[in-house]
Amino acid sequence: MSKGFFIDTTLCTACRGCQVACKQWHDLPAEHTVNTGSFQNPPDLSFDTYKLVRMTEDVIDGRLHWLFFPEQCRHCIEPPCLESAGEPSAIFKDENTGAVLFTANTADLSADDIIGSCPYNIPRKNDAGILAKCDMCNDRVINGLLPACVKTCPTKGIWTSGTGRMKALAEKHLETAKRNSQSRSSGKDSVRVIYLTGFDPSEYHKSTMAGPGLLWHEHQLIMEHEVPHNLFVKLLFHIRMSMMGSKDAREFLKQDISPFKEIFSYILLLHTKSGKSKLFVCQK
Amino acid sequence: MSNHWIYLNNSDCILIMGSNAAENHPISFKYVTEAMQKGAKLINVDPRFTRTSAKADIYVPLRSGTDIAFLGGMIKYLLDSKLHNETYVANYTNAPFIVKESFDFKDGLFAGYDKKARKYDKSQWDFELDDKGVPKMDRTLQHERCVFNLLKKHYDRYNTKLVSEITGTSEAELAEVYKTYCETGQTGKAGTIMYAMGWTQHTVGVQNIRTMAIIQLLLGNMGVAGGGVNALRGESNVQGSTDQCLLWHILPGYLKIPTASKANLADYIKAATPVSTDPMSANWWQNYPKYAVSLLKAYFGDAAKKDNDFGYSWLPKADDDKVYSWFDIFDAMYNKEIKGLFAWGMNPACSGSNVGKIRKAMTQLDWLVNVNLFDNETGSFWRGPGMNPKEIKTEVFMLPACMFVEKEGSISNSGRWMQWRYQGPKPLGNSRPDGDIIMELGFMLKELYKKGGKFPEPILNLKWDYMTDHVYDPHKVAKEINGYYLADVTDKDQTYKKGTLVPSFAFLKDDGTTSSGNWIYCNSYTEKGNMSARRGQQDAPNNIGLYPEFAWAWPVNRRIIYNRASVDLRGEPWNKEKWVVRWNGEKWEGDVPDGGWPPLQNADGTPNDKSRYPFIMTKHGHAQIYGPGLADGPFPEHYEPLECPVEKNFMNSQRMNPVAPVYGTDADSYATCDPRYPYVATTYRVSEHWQTGLMTRPQPWLMELHPQVFVEMSEELADLRGIKNGERVIVSSARDKLECTAIVTKRFKPFRIGETVVHQVGLPWHFGWRWPDTGAEDSANLLTPPTGDPNTRIPETKAFMVNVAKK
Repeated sequence: MSKGFFIDTTLCTACRGCQVACKQWHDLPAEHTVNTGSFQNPPDLSFDTYKLVRMTEDVIDGRLHWLFFPEQCRHCIEPPCLESAGEPSAIFKDENTGAVLFTANTADLSADDIIGSCPYNIPRKNDAGILAKCDMCNDRVINGLLPACVKTCPTKGIWTSGTGRMKALAEKHLETAKRNSQSRSSGKDSVRVIYLTGFDPSEYHKSTMAGPGLLWHEHQLIMEHEVPHNLFVKLLFHIRMSMMGSKDAREFLKQDISPFKEIFSYILLLHTKSGKSKLFVCQK
Repeated sequence: MSNHWIYLNNSDCILIMGSNAAENHPISFKYVTEAMQKGAKLINVDPRFTRTSAKADIYVPLRSGTDIAFLGGMIKYLLDSKLHNETYVANYTNAPFIVKESFDFKDGLFAGYDKKARKYDKSQWDFELDDKGVPKMDRTLQHERCVFNLLKKHYDRYNTKLVSEITGTSEAELAEVYKTYCETGQTGKAGTIMYAMGWTQHTVGVQNIRTMAIIQLLLGNMGVAGGGVNALRGESNVQGSTDQCLLWHILPGYLKIPTASKANLADYIKAATPVSTDPMSANWWQNYPKYAVSLLKAYFGDAAKKDNDFGYSWLPKADDDKVYSWFDIFDAMYNKEIKGLFAWGMNPACSGSNVGKIRKAMTQLDWLVNVNLFDNETGSFWRGPGMNPKEIKTEVFMLPACMFVEKEGSISNSGRWMQWRYQGPKPLGNSRPDGDIIMELGFMLKELYKKGGKFPEPILNLKWDYMTDHVYDPHKVAKEINGYYLADVTDKDQTYKKGTLVPSFAFLKDDGTTSSGNWIYCNSYTEKGNMSARRGQQDAPNNIGLYPEFAWAWPVNRRIIYNRASVDLRGEPWNKEKWVVRWNGEKWEGDVPDGGWPPLQNADGTPNDKSRYPFIMTKHGHAQIYGPGLADGPFPEHYEPLECPVEKNFMNSQRMNPVAPVYGTDADSYATCDPRYPYVATTYRVSEHWQTGLMTRPQPWLMELHPQVFVEMSEELADLRGIKNGERVIVSSARDKLECTAIVTKRFKPFRIGETVVHQVGLPWHFGWRWPDTGAEDSANLLTPPTGDPNTRIPETKAFMVNVAKK
């Protein structure tokens, strides 16, 4: 079954259990870090660090906040990295789970092009030019286990489930976050990894959201998808959509804003500069 | 914890003060989060904005060491606004008790102070007694010398203006916290406190917690679901080790350590057993003789006989009025009075306050045995910074212990649950479970004493039969802790066979026919099996998450203690939705009640003399708003720490706690209001490391997250000292200095204390020179001061003075 993540950053305590669980499951080596004057460490994602809790101090509306953002690959439904690569032996998608996976054959690609194509600046290369990033713990998932980061989260801030359920879950959490907090809540929904944030996502990190120059408002939720142009990928896309066979698939294929009208009073449809992705800005 | 982690989700308001639960008790936040999702408010009070603060509805700062001022202001606020639960206060607490005229409080000193001995004559704080010896009470709370009115008078001085000047918290912030928290005084509402070392590690540590206990009693928050006073223990089995007498002043089950003046068992028991003449007081400690004799039978078995006082003379005796705490052990070692040390699962060369003195003290030892997973700064003290191995005579032995997952046994968590654990992987290499190590040590000692030696009886008579097939058997120890019948005994029309396990502590005897290694654990391992290994998933009928058949809680599987205070005088729960116990006319339903006696009143409102007051562990059956047994006074009072930034305590003329301990060696220096050390400092932990870091510093995935010791400071202080974020700096105190990395952050802010600006910094104490292998990181306890709480001797590591300078 196609999977998605939902990450409620309003529940994240930055204990970084997810960050360590990720390293443990993937048996990734520790980096030799130094303290750079921040709790955030390693300072950035790397070839050996797929998950990183970004920690930002910010004064918003006169009140100090310490914002936590567990960063990882968004596993886009229409992954620009996959399209840029055009080489299924290097970057491919597991159609059963939706995980976007990199192999050692990424060494033959232009790493900078792949990284540049990612709206979220996620992939990282090693000295040999091989690219790596979060693999959704695909080996765990296809064996019926939760991804390591989801399993370890003490506050139930990270969820995984079928993509169809993610939207509903995001809505529920958004309501709770609004009810119990003086803080504003907004949400972001890329296709497979939805983030709920307490504040404008740009406060957390510069590439928390896709696309250029988007204004973020209170209580907004963004979705993004596009039918692929590449014929082969387009075929795969349609096969997967037909396999979904659900109301969700029909909504995706219709490509209009009607599925969101049930939820949001205001919807704005935008396109990224590349024209490869659509962005829905939704507000209650 | 009076309640349990998982019951936090029943709360309407959670105060996290003196702890940093999100970082240091991350799993607790699962339940805090659940409470918040149901609408609970989270308040966080901390000198520094932490990961807990980041999740709180209300965060306010306070200067380290000023919690009593902060909470004293809350007591004044709630009494002035009459927000207390009057029925609860008048009937379940000692608020109506009348105090003797000799009690007095003047300018920071209670009656009976002996300046030379730095000690109080506590008899001057006693209650007035009637002809029968029962304290006189005024349940209308009108009498001018009743506790309630003395309390009012005592905290009348704690107005928000003065409190603000002391704490550095603004008056508006104080008002917001007071209002929000005291709303839980409404009937049916519950507020709870999560505290840890941020409260205990002060010269006023016990009184910090007392102040909050007073607030909880006034608001009627003790005994209820989502209430309680909850100490978040810093290690998974600290509760268990305290129950089993880790500390010097107690025997297992909180029995008192015998002192030299108690020459025989009768004298010891007489001094330790409280007597109440009030027929309404259960005075549970009247059973003390049964627990003491059963313990002696567990220690000495058949050798303990009635005619030899059950072996009482073989117990070690403390000298009267002498203290044997951590501080005192290392003070004696420094003064060459102690020749050998077992450091067992401890790393004193990093963990103790004023650790430079501890490291020097170890050089005076003839031998040191280090029982631990890995070598550490203690086992390698002789080659540590500033040491010359050629000059150190101490012989060091390393006994490798295996890790907790490699052995079977129980732990008792903060919520008093004894939980059985099974062995996972087998011990690595030649490491062994602690139980095997100590059993063999016992056998060797017995062999040696058979050949002679001074006073061999305690060792030779020690019952030491906890092996099965030549390995340590944790089940045998668990059963001994529960206790056995040592003869056929008939009790309440039922006969219990010799050799069977005692069903609960109500069945223990003082005649030598029962044993129990720890009376509060009697009921944990019975003829029905190992209660702590249960994993029942069924909730109790009150549906508040008690899960009574999951593991086992002391005492007698009671999940929320003081639960008979969760009801009104007729046994009706204050909160009918989240009830803990309730009286159905014949018996209590819900949790295991604090005794089965009926409520104080019958259904028609008439008093029921078959009842007993609900706080059964106190002599008079009432919760103690007034605490006449403590070293530093019956009411908490604000005193400054040993080292503080103000010349004068704004609250009274005593600068610091007048009975706090002082130590006199050349390694016990301190400096208060000294321009060389102008900044307040505190120590703390982070999620990513554990205690002195012995289990986390050798672990690369965790070192990656927090690789170096750091000092956090405000942007303002960094500007003042010309310090850049991320650069190495020197932090110094009157004891020593420490190099660390500066984290310049918005999360620390300067305080306005009276007319001056006071800066505060903070450091984690997880580091030591053994790891990382640069040797450049060391313990923040090099800086911490040589004093602590007068009741417990816990060190004052949470408030002291330092300087910070560029390297």
